[in-house]
Amino acid sequence: MDNGQHTHIVKYKTFIWVLLVLLVFTFSSIAITELELGVYTVTGALLFASLKSVIVLMYFMHLKFDKKFYAIMMAGIILLLTSVIIVTFLDYLYR
Amino acid sequence: MIETHEREATPSFLEYQGRFKGLMGWIFSTDHKRIGLLYLYSMLVFFSVAALLGLMMKLELMAPGKTIMGAQTYNSFFTLHGITMIFLIVVPGLPAVFGNFFLPIMIGAKDVAFPKLNLISWWIYILGALIALSAQFMDGGAPDTGWTFYAPYSFKTGTNMLPAVTGAFVLGFSSIVTGINFIVTMHRMRAPGMKWMKMPLFPWALYGTSWIQVLATPIVGVTLLMVVLERTMQIGFFDPALGGDPILYQHLFWIYSHPAVYIMILPAMGVISEIIPTFARKTIFGYTAIVVSTLAIAFVGYFVWGHHMFTSGMSGVALYTFSILTFLVAIPSAIKIFNWVATLHKASIDMQTPFLWALCFLFVFMIGGLSGMVLGALSANVHLHDTAFVVAHFHYIVFGGTGFAFFGAVHYWYPKMFGRMFDKSWANIGLAIFFTGFNALYLPMFYLGMTGMPRRYYDYVEKFHGPNIISSLGAILMIAGLIIIITNLVRSAKHGTKAEKDPWKGKTLEWTVDSPPSLENFEEIPVVTHHPYKYD
Amino acid sequence: MTNHAHIDEHRDDEGSKTGMWIFIFTELLLFGGLFIVYSVYRYLNPMAFHLAAEELDPFIGTVNTVILLVSSMTIAMAITSIQLKKKKLTLILMGVTVLLAIIFMVNKYFEWTGKISHGIFPGSEVLHQSSQGEILFFGLYYAMTGLHALHIIVGMGFIGYVMWLVKTDDVKHDDYVILENSALYWHLVDLIWIFLFPLFYLIT
Repeated sequence: MDNGQHTHIVKYKTFIWVLLVLLVFTFSSIAITELELGVYTVTGALLFASLKSVIVLMYFMHLKFDKKFYAIMMAGIILLLTSVIIVTFLDYLYR
Repeated sequence: MIETHEREATPSFLEYQGRFKGLMGWIFSTDHKRIGLLYLYSMLVFFSVAALLGLMMKLELMAPGKTIMGAQTYNSFFTLHGITMIFLIVVPGLPAVFGNFFLPIMIGAKDVAFPKLNLISWWIYILGALIALSAQFMDGGAPDTGWTFYAPYSFKTGTNMLPAVTGAFVLGFSSIVTGINFIVTMHRMRAPGMKWMKMPLFPWALYGTSWIQVLATPIVGVTLLMVVLERTMQIGFFDPALGGDPILYQHLFWIYSHPAVYIMILPAMGVISEIIPTFARKTIFGYTAIVVSTLAIAFVGYFVWGHHMFTSGMSGVALYTFSILTFLVAIPSAIKIFNWVATLHKASIDMQTPFLWALCFLFVFMIGGLSGMVLGALSANVHLHDTAFVVAHFHYIVFGGTGFAFFGAVHYWYPKMFGRMFDKSWANIGLAIFFTGFNALYLPMFYLGMTGMPRRYYDYVEKFHGPNIISSLGAILMIAGLIIIITNLVRSAKHGTKAEKDPWKGKTLEWTVDSPPSLENFEEIPVVTHHPYKYD
Repeated sequence: MTNHAHIDEHRDDEGSKTGMWIFIFTELLLFGGLFIVYSVYRYLNPMAFHLAAEELDPFIGTVNTVILLVSSMTIAMAITSIQLKKKKLTLILMGVTVLLAIIFMVNKYFEWTGKISHGIFPGSEVLHQSSQGEILFFGLYYAMTGLHALHIIVGMGFIGYVMWLVKTDDVKHDDYVILENSALYWHLVDLIWIFLFPLFYLIT
């Protein structure tokens, strides 16, 4: 039972930088939809969304500085959800 | 109260008086042992209701045509029977009763990680049960969709779907809270020296189960929410007229409900893994293989849900993918059976009641599992889907599996929980009658299904009459056995002979504490040095 | 007979955090179910979704996205400030987070009432006249942003409660795991919106 609050303190400045990166990605995802990439437009927007999530998870949610267990579980959950969607699509893609 | 000169013995958890007295001391207790018993007593009530419904269904099926009830009533009976048995008994069952009571003790802890949350999980359980049961009594009539709530009927039927679906939604939270509690407990509160691979197999089973509870239940939660939105707002997700696909409902429903059956069976397998070494006086064969199999079942079990939907209209690719994966997931279960049987090889067996339940489990679980393989084969499934064969399969594997393990667990841990021994003769007589009735009830259903009798019908053609008579008589015999078993257990709590700490010569930590345990289980947290089931 | 045994209220911050993370996983799967529905119907009705999305205002969507990102930053900063024993700053940062949440909800309110006044809501006459893909798009829009809004309200309540604990010194520089947990919940709300935004506003 450890109550040693992790002594790791994230600087305010780090959080501000993280916000700036998030805003850049946000506006990039909007800009990319202006381009005519056909099917891939949305892929681009979702790619930026994924990058934003990783940054929120790593810095705001502290996964970068916590025990690896949390990050591994998080990755596992995402993999699980993705796999379930893929298996569901085995039905819809081939009807 | 006369003061004695001896040191006052620490009261057991049953006698302990804390802030609240009497009944309040139970329903406001954060003691994991009392909460386990609260679940047990509630389930006894719900099980009796659901079993009675089952009996009445079998009485109806004693003869073709209307016997004691019409079609609508029959439909509402099998719906409530399913909802109660699934959501109130077998899904919470072993984790909520024996997980709560014994997980902390078996890993050398004084309680679970979040005791207050534990109590809340029971309150949520009761709340969900009351909401779901209220559906029986409101205008509109009792739900008649079956416990599976298939779209589009679930949003078109005039019966009281909203309370039933809402009740199930609320019950999901109870399951999730229990899962979170157990996972954190096992990660953070194992006694010094108890590494993961020194943890007994019932806790391991609960670990796998808890992850499924946590990761699968939310999906049925949101699906039930969608049914509510469909019924109240015509949202269109499952309504073909609005562009929705009813098959998508089935996908979402079974994405939870298949892993749910692993919530039911994994703890049951954990119980068997505890009982067999104790009465074989021999360490379990292949501890590591059982651990790996437990996790493998939990994982692969996520990807087989489509085998409930083989005749629904899915694509060919989906059909054979789900069929192959279904056969794959049977392998770790089979491994466990080999391990249990191998443990018995050259063992010095003590044929006590819990062990007899474990033996019966092996028999019925094999039948249930193998009949599952028949259903997993696409070509056979076309003929057997929605027939009595399926009903036989899942009763063998769920009632036979989880149910038998539950009774085995009650008898095994009874002396520890109540400090008294049950009457062994009556227990064994009850088991014999129950077991005979059980097989007479469900075995004919395989035949009935193969020859074409559909499920969820209150009527049938004359050629099915004979086997149905046997089946219904089997039900009556089985219930008689149940009455004997339960009466014995209830009576022995007051009148049974006092039990010692370790009446069965078990080796896991629960047998080192008092019968019944004191409030905090251990006077001192033990230091663990050896593997569980160390018999030599 | 009363006795003197008691259960120590054991404190385990790491365990508390682990429990919160597992709860976060359940929330991800809850929304995951709706994402499954979205992906299936999007696949089956690509054009209709594309057209229906044009009825949404990307400006409001962007503003709300920025609002949530900033609020995530402020609540994250609140942990730093409590670690540095800056109680007043902590309360200010948490207050700003709640304020931003309120603005988000106000925006949402105008968005929804705007749509409803145009007759676009589940079960409406207007939707009944539209294509099936459009019905599904708006069904998903209301269901997903509605469920998300519910979580914003819960998040505001949670943060508000922790603010009170900070004020009464029940949460301080050496005992703040509940603040961390409330922040995790808030970041989850942000994460969900990070995906809702492109899926509803940027597929034009």
